[in-house]
Amino acid sequence: MDRPIAMIEVHKLAKRFGLKTVLRGLDFQVAPGEFVAILGPNGAGKTTFLRILASLSRPTFGEVRVAGYQLPKQAAAVRSRLGVVTHQPLLYGDLTAEENLRFYGRMYAVPDLDCRISDVLELVGLSARRRDLVRTFSRGMQQRLAIGRAVLHDPEVMLFDEPHTGLDQDACDMLDGLLRNVAGRGRTVVMTSHDLARVEDLATRFDVLSRGVIAASKPRSGLGKRNLLDFYRKALAG
Amino acid sequence: MERESTAYFKAIGAIVWKDLAAELRSRELLSAMLVFAMLVILIFNFAIELQPSLRATITPGVLWVTFAFAGTLGLNRSMAIEKDRGCLDGLLLAPVDRSAIYFGKALSNLAFMLIVELIVLPVYSLLYNTNLFNPGLLLTILLGSIGYVAVGTLLASMAVQTRTRDVLLPILLFPVILPILMAAVKTSGGFLQSAPMETIWPWLNILIVYDVIFTAVAFMLYDSVVEE
Repeated sequence: MDRPIAMIEVHKLAKRFGLKTVLRGLDFQVAPGEFVAILGPNGAGKTTFLRILASLSRPTFGEVRVAGYQLPKQAAAVRSRLGVVTHQPLLYGDLTAEENLRFYGRMYAVPDLDCRISDVLELVGLSARRRDLVRTFSRGMQQRLAIGRAVLHDPEVMLFDEPHTGLDQDACDMLDGLLRNVAGRGRTVVMTSHDLARVEDLATRFDVLSRGVIAASKPRSGLGKRNLLDFYRKALAG
Repeated sequence: MERESTAYFKAIGAIVWKDLAAELRSRELLSAMLVFAMLVILIFNFAIELQPSLRATITPGVLWVTFAFAGTLGLNRSMAIEKDRGCLDGLLLAPVDRSAIYFGKALSNLAFMLIVELIVLPVYSLLYNTNLFNPGLLLTILLGSIGYVAVGTLLASMAVQTRTRDVLLPILLFPVILPILMAAVKTSGGFLQSAPMETIWPWLNILIVYDVIFTAVAFMLYDSVVEE
């Protein structure tokens, strides 16, 4: 299949939970290789939106395409091209780092798994701890391993849902380095955050999600230094 | 097509391997099930003064009550492990048919249940001075456990997504597995009392039919049950 013009295409997306409408006709597009930060206050629907992109939740209305495949109809094809990191590590505490990666590698049918596990552990700086149980890891180390889990099958699209939650300053800095490394390999990245300072240097585009729609969108080149906060406040007020 | 089915069975194998490896280390699930099962047997032993002639009549009931309650603990814990660190999402994100997740979890739950039953049987035999090593009874225990786990894994996956998961599972599970428990108790009793096969067959057939129906229904429904 040819590489699609837009890696992620969302048209008139709506999501309702009972009587509560979270997303109201949202339109969104991401080009291949872009790093988009979705900003918004708590409860804006960022996680719901990302869960729909990750095929973990079904849209109520609207069209969603990831890597050219339609959701939820072609969910399995989308999932094999997707790496997802949330504020929860999605790792088993009673397995070692290596065993966790081996398990997910088998679920994704990753070829040459031993070699790939070593490469990924090297990438996230956990080679020395590969035989340690994940429950003995700090929150920062677990989050690094979670990124390793997400890139294990070499996905084209990465989704990060508030990956800095619960991390201290040093762990956040280390995670940022890793995010840049992962994004720098030509992958398309969508990350949600409510921490503007954290995403300011990471993303190439900033979208503000407010009242269930993308209220404003701007590339980093269109924003002056330290203007992200103004842009964000205006988008929320508008 | 062949590649897809290989990936499907590899995913099932990966889930079973993961559950067994994690349990081998933590022993959380098996120890809870075992301690509970032993306590139930002991309580029955003290509570009911059994004459030798009555033992064969009451044994199937005591055994299946023990298996059913201990099994609920195991099912709850097995799914709670997936939910606690968001691992269920990790499983759902894998590019395999979601029924592979169901079969993987069901097979590991069955393995845990059979391990507990294999330990409970000799202990029960000693305490109640009853010989339980009857091939017919062992077959019944296997078939009953398959049916229990088939429907239990499906309902545990549903219950784990609610706040009241510990309470909800038995409330959902016990009414649904009633036909299986009834057939298992009757079949076990038949084998223990050396009843003629003509009286055992109808119950054994019900057990087999329910195993097939529950497995097929769970296979078809699992995707919608785990979907948000």
